[in-house]
Amino acid sequence: MNKPELAWKVQNSSHIGVVHPNFVLRDKHLALVYELRDLKERIDRILRVQIMAFETIQYLNEQGDLAKGYSPKVADDVVIKAYKTMVVTRHVDERMLTLQRQGIITFSLSSLGEECCSVAAAAALSSDDWLYPQYREVGVMFWRGFSIQDFVHHMFGNAKDLNKGRQMPNHFGSRELNVVTVSSPIATKIPHAAGCGYAMKLQKEPTISAVFFGDGATSEGDFHAGMNFAAVLKVPTLFFCRNNAYAISTSLDHQFHSDGIAPKGEGYGVATYRVDGNDFFAVYDTVAEARKHCLEKGPVLIEAMTYRMGAHSTSDDPTRYRKKGEIKEWQEKDPVLRLRRYLEKQGLWDDKKEKKLWEGVKKEVTEAIGVAKKTPNPPLKTLIEDVYCEVPKTLQRQIDDLKEFFPEDPS
Amino acid sequence: MNIIQALNLTLDQQFAKDDRLITFGEDCGAFGGVFRVTEGLQKKFGEARCFDTPLCEQGIVGFAIGCAQKGLKPICEIQFADYIFPAFDQIVNELAKMRSRTGNQYTAPVVIRTPYGGGIHGGYYHSQSPEALFLHTPGIKVAMISSPKDAKGLLTSAIKSEDPVILFEPKRIYRAIKEEVPEEEYEIPFGQAEVSRAGSDVTLVGWGAQHHQNMQAAEEVAEEYDLDVEVINLRTLNPLDLETLSESVRKTARCVVAHEAPKTGGFGAELSALIMEHCFLHLRAPVWRCTGLDVPIPHTLEEEYLPDAYKVKQALVKTVEY
Repeated sequence: MNKPELAWKVQNSSHIGVVHPNFVLRDKHLALVYELRDLKERIDRILRVQIMAFETIQYLNEQGDLAKGYSPKVADDVVIKAYKTMVVTRHVDERMLTLQRQGIITFSLSSLGEECCSVAAAAALSSDDWLYPQYREVGVMFWRGFSIQDFVHHMFGNAKDLNKGRQMPNHFGSRELNVVTVSSPIATKIPHAAGCGYAMKLQKEPTISAVFFGDGATSEGDFHAGMNFAAVLKVPTLFFCRNNAYAISTSLDHQFHSDGIAPKGEGYGVATYRVDGNDFFAVYDTVAEARKHCLEKGPVLIEAMTYRMGAHSTSDDPTRYRKKGEIKEWQEKDPVLRLRRYLEKQGLWDDKKEKKLWEGVKKEVTEAIGVAKKTPNPPLKTLIEDVYCEVPKTLQRQIDDLKEFFPEDPS
Repeated sequence: MNIIQALNLTLDQQFAKDDRLITFGEDCGAFGGVFRVTEGLQKKFGEARCFDTPLCEQGIVGFAIGCAQKGLKPICEIQFADYIFPAFDQIVNELAKMRSRTGNQYTAPVVIRTPYGGGIHGGYYHSQSPEALFLHTPGIKVAMISSPKDAKGLLTSAIKSEDPVILFEPKRIYRAIKEEVPEEEYEIPFGQAEVSRAGSDVTLVGWGAQHHQNMQAAEEVAEEYDLDVEVINLRTLNPLDLETLSESVRKTARCVVAHEAPKTGGFGAELSALIMEHCFLHLRAPVWRCTGLDVPIPHTLEEEYLPDAYKVKQALVKTVEY
């Protein structure tokens, strides 16, 4: 039995092509297997296919060099935009952490080290595709054009927060951007994405739904429910798992005994890929390919191998459970650094551009924080709004009573 | 027409009018559901709109939420209310909160239909009445069916509702209660209780299958004790028609609440508290709760457990004699 650590270590493979050759092979085998009538033969063949371990697709190595023979399928300006989005994400995360430490906001979560997963995936999808992110996918918001100001308002939970201050920070979402608002339970959205995909299929829309979650979420029943429904009903849904090595403090070997998450996808008859989650090109190409597969054949699971370089949240202390030297090893694999090295080697980026980018982002965030600080809290009446489509009499009576205690409330 | 037929007719009519409607659940497709509520729908409207799902309640409700977010109108079936608990997280944390937690950006107006209650010797896992658990969850409406006419009117309202609804169906009387049901579409608005029997001595309040036990008890005490009982069928527990209830209690000055679910933390407790708040100075006796015991609902001793007409009758007499 493979230990989970084996899967988690990104292998430096140099497989070339849009689809990993191993995947094609498995796909072919399985297609044949599913045609077999004889159950015994079928099981025997499935077992033989499963012996082929999932390898990790990687096109861009840690030094910023592309695998031999690989040429990017994405235009340079898209890569540059993705790099900038990752930098914005990283800087905003850093500033929010500071604000939390200063007691200005209540909480924050960082996607440090995992920015590539969300940004590259969002870049490879259509803006009409519906996304169901987790709290570590801030990158999809910035990719889709959510402003830093809107995000900071959300983090303050003020009157301009789209959630009206009802949820904790990092529970972003936008109807306008087709990003479904995050909720804290880690896997509840997985069957939602399958249902959304089903609706798209019925409405004959050429779009997919994509749901993002961590390795810990795959232990929840909702992961299995969502995957199984999607497979049975052949819905256009992409399941994107960031295997970032930890669920708060729980390590992979306490989470599952399988070869990572990928074999679970196959267990449900869902096409499955494993990619280096810190490699922009591997994630981009695989998601683009998966999108096509979703529309033509049905759901796809992608296991993206990455690492949570930050703490789980501002309430966490990772020094108590991280293995020695782990962080250093992963700093070398940093997705932002890796893409910068690539862009510099291609002559598409330099120190001057880097400095300008950081300065611009810093200034924008500082200004956004200033505005958010001056923005009031949501008015009292928002407490009873949106629980039902109309405010019932019972809630109106409750808020009328409450208002007596808060005479200064404007609502 | 019985309750099953009324529900089936309603689905059939609404499916024909609105192609956003889909229905699914365990055995709901070609088989038509274990109680046959979805019978014939797959044949008529196609497999895409009426289908079987894997046996996974959290999946059924979670999947329905996604469908609803994207603009479909899912009516999903949980085969027995006893099996709704794997979906409890989806209902409480997602379905009920979708509109508010997203700041009114996303909604999930799902209808969950589920047979509930005792009376069929279903034992621990085919008899429960879990309505109170969902009344402690803001954001979800709860309706209780007690007759074929109510079945059609309440299901139609549930389908048209922009809020999520759980519709508890009284499996015990699914086929036992028959009455004329109008062919044309009509709605029974949520939050509108029915005064099924006017009276002046005691108010007797209930819902679902229990309502019929209450009606029988009222007739019997009228004959045996010359007591004039006002019987209220709440129809929906959230929203609650507190006006009709408190108006009645102010008139009669006495109230008995009867439900199948266990007593402690049951909805009878909430009603009792509300009557205290709104009718205290009118009361001439404490509000009496005639309910199931605080035990899981048993198989063999089911009749002993349930608050049948006989027990309700004793409660009415005791309240009047207080």
